[in-house]
Amino acid sequence: MNRRTFVKAATAGLAALAGGEIAYIGWKFAAPRAAAGEFGGIFEVGAAVDFPPGSVTPITNGRFYLVRQVDGGFLAVYRQCTHLGCSVPWEPAQAQFVCPCHGSAFEMDGKILNPPAPRPLDLFELTIEDGQINVNTGRKIQRDNTDKNFAVYMEDQA
Amino acid sequence: MVIVVLLHMLRVFFTNALHRPREFNWLLGVTLLLITAGANFTGYLLPWDQRAYWAVTVGASLLQYIPLMGEQIAHFILGGPEVDAATLTNFYGLHVAVLPMLLFAIMSFHIWRARKDGFSVPRDLGEAPTSKVERVTTIPHLISREAIFALAVIALLFVWALLVNAPLEEAADPAHSPNPAKAAWYFMGIQELLMHFHPFFAAIVIPALGLILLILLPYFSPDMDGEGIWFGTRKGRWLVALGGLLGIVGTIAMVWFDEHYLDLTELMPSLPAVISNGWIPLVWLLAMLWLYWELLRQGFHALQSEARLSLFTLLLTSFITLTVIGQLFRGEGMSLTLPF
Repeated sequence: MNRRTFVKAATAGLAALAGGEIAYIGWKFAAPRAAAGEFGGIFEVGAAVDFPPGSVTPITNGRFYLVRQVDGGFLAVYRQCTHLGCSVPWEPAQAQFVCPCHGSAFEMDGKILNPPAPRPLDLFELTIEDGQINVNTGRKIQRDNTDKNFAVYMEDQA
Repeated sequence: MVIVVLLHMLRVFFTNALHRPREFNWLLGVTLLLITAGANFTGYLLPWDQRAYWAVTVGASLLQYIPLMGEQIAHFILGGPEVDAATLTNFYGLHVAVLPMLLFAIMSFHIWRARKDGFSVPRDLGEAPTSKVERVTTIPHLISREAIFALAVIALLFVWALLVNAPLEEAADPAHSPNPAKAAWYFMGIQELLMHFHPFFAAIVIPALGLILLILLPYFSPDMDGEGIWFGTRKGRWLVALGGLLGIVGTIAMVWFDEHYLDLTELMPSLPAVISNGWIPLVWLLAMLWLYWELLRQGFHALQSEARLSLFTLLLTSFITLTVIGQLFRGEGMSLTLPF
């Protein structure tokens, strides 16, 4: 190897290193950061007994609805429409989630009643400990259909 | 800026100044067009009002329909699962630093390359290409014209900004989506397509096909001597007009028909929506375009270059019509309404 090839190789190596560093910095800047406690973290919603069966309670900071089905099961339904991301309000008069953007409608458990939504509303992982409901908004459950029952029941009602 | 960039692209296309040796420069131009759209998109979020927030939410949600990687791509761009503080930080950095630097670098390359390839010389219809082209010095002749134009545009913008308030709606409220929730105007063509096709086709397949077509355009060898001549030939002129008119009329007719009379998923309930509302209408559209091509070539005996000009114009005016419909004629619940 002569001087020329050595210098060329060294320059190429350093350029690759610089490129790698820039790529790393770029990635760390842009990639999703872990949320600081709030949305993306765990919400302590309250006591399970405080939510009557058949109720839909919006938890605004958590961006989900705490749904207690008629059979007593709990679901945390993500408010983001599965079509294009609009926030879906719960319409008590129609007992449905109706999206204002393109008219998608969902049942209390997120099942699709009206297109153009391509899949049911997403859920967040929900657990009940000592009668207290915890919703993990960092763990999203996506479903193609509502065949599987994701509802969580209190010990004496399962 | 998006409009000005588009007009420049159209000028280059319609004066046939994109073929050999200028193919690479055309590709640089397409890259610049995409960066400009990106700059517009990132800037759109910065006011952080209802319109900005939901336009970016809808725009980024379209990315989720990219197969396999869609959700990861959308989360990467947004800095999370939803438009949030991280999104604002990222978009701000992109809009004021990264994209302008990229634009500056690639634009310099683009302009240098235009000079290296040789500027196409404007000619009249039927005029033969001359070898004796009069040349003048860049300074002062080009620089003075550019300076005058730039100053005039700045002055106009200044007066406009003095007289007209930039729109600002109420502050962004992630809990409440407005009705209708519309993307920025240059995406309304795609959002209008969403009213007629399955999202995968409206947001991914059709725009991808359009982009591929744009990239391939300079590589079709011209079979006429039309460089520097608007629309190439006399026949080219009225074929472009015909294509343009057909694009407008055809699009309006199809939008109207699909809105009021056609429900493909209902007609073919056994098929998944991706096929009944996706592949089938797409194939039908491509067949119609192919028929038009044959009409041009066999019926009007058009040269390939002339037929390409006409077909491109048809697609262009179709897209513009879709954009106008989406922007002005979609009201509450995205129903077709008059704009007043």
